Amino acid sequence: MNARAETGRQETIRQDAGRREMTGAEMVVQALKDNGVKHIFGYPGGAVLPIYDEIFQQEDVQHILVRHEQGAGHAAEGYARSTGKAGVMLVTSGPGATNAVTPLQDALMDSIPLVCITGQVPTTLIGSDGFQECDTVGITRPCTKHNWLVKDVNELAATLHEAFHVATTGRPGPVVVDIPKDIQFAKGMYTPPQQAPRMSYQPKVNGDLEKVRAAVELMASAKRPIIYSGGGVVNSGPEASHLLRELVDLTGFPITSTLMGLGAYPASGKNWLGMLGMHGSYEANMAMHDCDVMVCIGARFDDRITGRLNAFSPNSKKIHIDIDPSSLNKNVRVEIPILGDVGRVLEDMVRLWRASAKQEKAQLKGWWEQIGHWRARNSFAYTRSADVIMPQYAIERLYEATKDRDVYITTEVGQHQMWAAQFYGFEKPNRWLTSGGLGTMGYGLPAALGVQIAHPKSLVIDIAGDASVQMTMQEMSAAVQYEAPIKIFILNNQYMGMVRQWQQLLHGNRLSHSYTEAMPDFVLMAQAFGAHGIRCEKPHELDDKIAEMIDVKKPVIFDCRVANLANCFPMIPSGKAHNEMLLPDEATDEVVANAIDAKGRELV
Amino acid sequence: MNAQLQPTGSAYFITKDATAPESHTLSVLVDNEPGVLARVIGLFSGRGYNIDSLTVSETEHEKHLSRITIATRATPQVMEQIKNQLERIVPVHRVVDLTVVAQERGQERPLERELALVKVTGKGDARVEALRLAEAFNAKVSDATTEHFIFEITGKGTKIDQFIAIMKPLGLIEICRTGIAAMTRGPEGM
Repeated sequence: MNARAETGRQETIRQDAGRREMTGAEMVVQALKDNGVKHIFGYPGGAVLPIYDEIFQQEDVQHILVRHEQGAGHAAEGYARSTGKAGVMLVTSGPGATNAVTPLQDALMDSIPLVCITGQVPTTLIGSDGFQECDTVGITRPCTKHNWLVKDVNELAATLHEAFHVATTGRPGPVVVDIPKDIQFAKGMYTPPQQAPRMSYQPKVNGDLEKVRAAVELMASAKRPIIYSGGGVVNSGPEASHLLRELVDLTGFPITSTLMGLGAYPASGKNWLGMLGMHGSYEANMAMHDCDVMVCIGARFDDRITGRLNAFSPNSKKIHIDIDPSSLNKNVRVEIPILGDVGRVLEDMVRLWRASAKQEKAQLKGWWEQIGHWRARNSFAYTRSADVIMPQYAIERLYEATKDRDVYITTEVGQHQMWAAQFYGFEKPNRWLTSGGLGTMGYGLPAALGVQIAHPKSLVIDIAGDASVQMTMQEMSAAVQYEAPIKIFILNNQYMGMVRQWQQLLHGNRLSHSYTEAMPDFVLMAQAFGAHGIRCEKPHELDDKIAEMIDVKKPVIFDCRVANLANCFPMIPSGKAHNEMLLPDEATDEVVANAIDAKGRELV
Repeated sequence: MNAQLQPTGSAYFITKDATAPESHTLSVLVDNEPGVLARVIGLFSGRGYNIDSLTVSETEHEKHLSRITIATRATPQVMEQIKNQLERIVPVHRVVDLTVVAQERGQERPLERELALVKVTGKGDARVEALRLAEAFNAKVSDATTEHFIFEITGKGTKIDQFIAIMKPLGLIEICRTGIAAMTRGPEGM
């Protein structure tokens, strides 16, 4: 080939702007690159080998090998939630896909952008009960925002781009692209993202300005207002959190948040009431109950938040901002529903408040005094001990040791999760990662791995329970392999603590299978993985050992032996209203045993 | 307001909802792609909504659009949820509650029609009587031997119900109904 012909060829390539022939497997890797993906989490198998072969031959996209597909999913969720970008997982057909179901549903309920690429048996074998075949799109249809089975290699690239678009826009969520093996081998034309056709999917992001105006007027007239924010603020991006803080400053309103929304408003902020809901603070729940105007921003009136619905904030007018139309007026009727992206609506709200509302902050003086009385109740109080580590104390010490660092906290699910939410103060969004909607035990460890891959220099701690952590413990091996120095801080009470707490409340203290009689030695376990193990049994050792955990440049399993029978308070027993909380100093054994009446017992 | 609100949403606080359910007919415009019907039906079964009738067919071939007509029964609040949940499905373009549109325009119901094939066998008087009644109902004979008729009848669901009830003692042995096709009355399109 002479020089001129070579130049001509390059011209053609440039004009084509990325449109060129390649195999399906190449397209997958190219589409990942074109969508800005740097890391994917996965596990190889027969039906994705062509894609793995392409991954092997490039260095732009780094693949993190997990030990179980569920781990890949939670790691990708952790990656997504801590970066604001889509998390990507790659698994094989059949068991690879079915193992991905839990993280997919988890991401659906917590609105996490997750792109899951699954291999499938060749198109000619689909429906024949082939080896490692399952109806992946059928199984994942209800646990994804959308999914696709690609049967034509020429549609693969556009489908992958659309998958990223659907996962990351509107209310974010998980998507699955199922790619049969013959499509991975087949050659076709690659369509770059800019040229890919758009489907009908067009989420509405701008709120109705008239409604925002009405909301601002209502807010300005409030005597006992409250802002109730949720994970939607975090999902909307850092600007939304910034605007939320601005709105709170401007209005002087008290603010509480759901479990998922922690960090959007800083825990050190003076208007902060703490988390609300079943294990939320007394002041937050009482203020929700007694308020006259409620501004719900990116939250969804979940049953853990509202308590008994017909007693939920009975005398308030409600404003609800949400990007998902099906969240509006679902559980609770609101006076002003505003459909749109939280960030966009907050922008309008702040602007309109500045321009028009001239509310005197003094108007709220009585309300703040009332809140002060509730605060004085000190609902997170617990009795310290010099002999045993109280779980609350362990989290307080962990917070003190890590609060000035660049830190990310993940959790598993149970009592430790609630204590972490109560006692760890979050100052920034995207720093707190927990399985809120689905309540997936085993989420925190792989999620921590995902966070650490995205933020290699940050301190990443999984506040774990002894039972949850055993569900995905195998990912320690992945953490060691990728030198991801995650810290697994286990509040070890030998019980499934939250299950036991409910058995005490509901089932006459019959502790059916909530005690782990054969607990592994977590320190030896850490060593077996090639990680570092620490055991702490006394309160006075805690600070030094936490310092050791932080200093070790390896993954650490920290076995923190805590008081076995501590329970998580305050609590709204099921079937009760916000103003019927069970407070720690009132929670004697007898009160606990009778807290939930026969009717409430059916409800959980 | 909240105090009068009947709790419906929380799986953990189940109270009987005393609100009377209403029958509504929804028109759902979707991309005609594999799995779209499964998404719609899965939504109804997964969230515990009722389907009284379901009709689906491609309506605009060039645009790959299909129209699904669903007759459902729910309380007003759940009705709103059903519409919102349907709109959330990615290949769903539009959802129109035809019953609400009709009510807004001061009409009782949207235009709703159904087709049924009804096979009746028999001889003698019963056979004559069946044919006579079919004529009264404007049903067409679409297939016949000396021992049977297949009647083709279109109309409102209630009319077909009535026709079937009448045919029962006259040798009815098989029924096939298409489900409801519906649109709003008047010159305006969907």
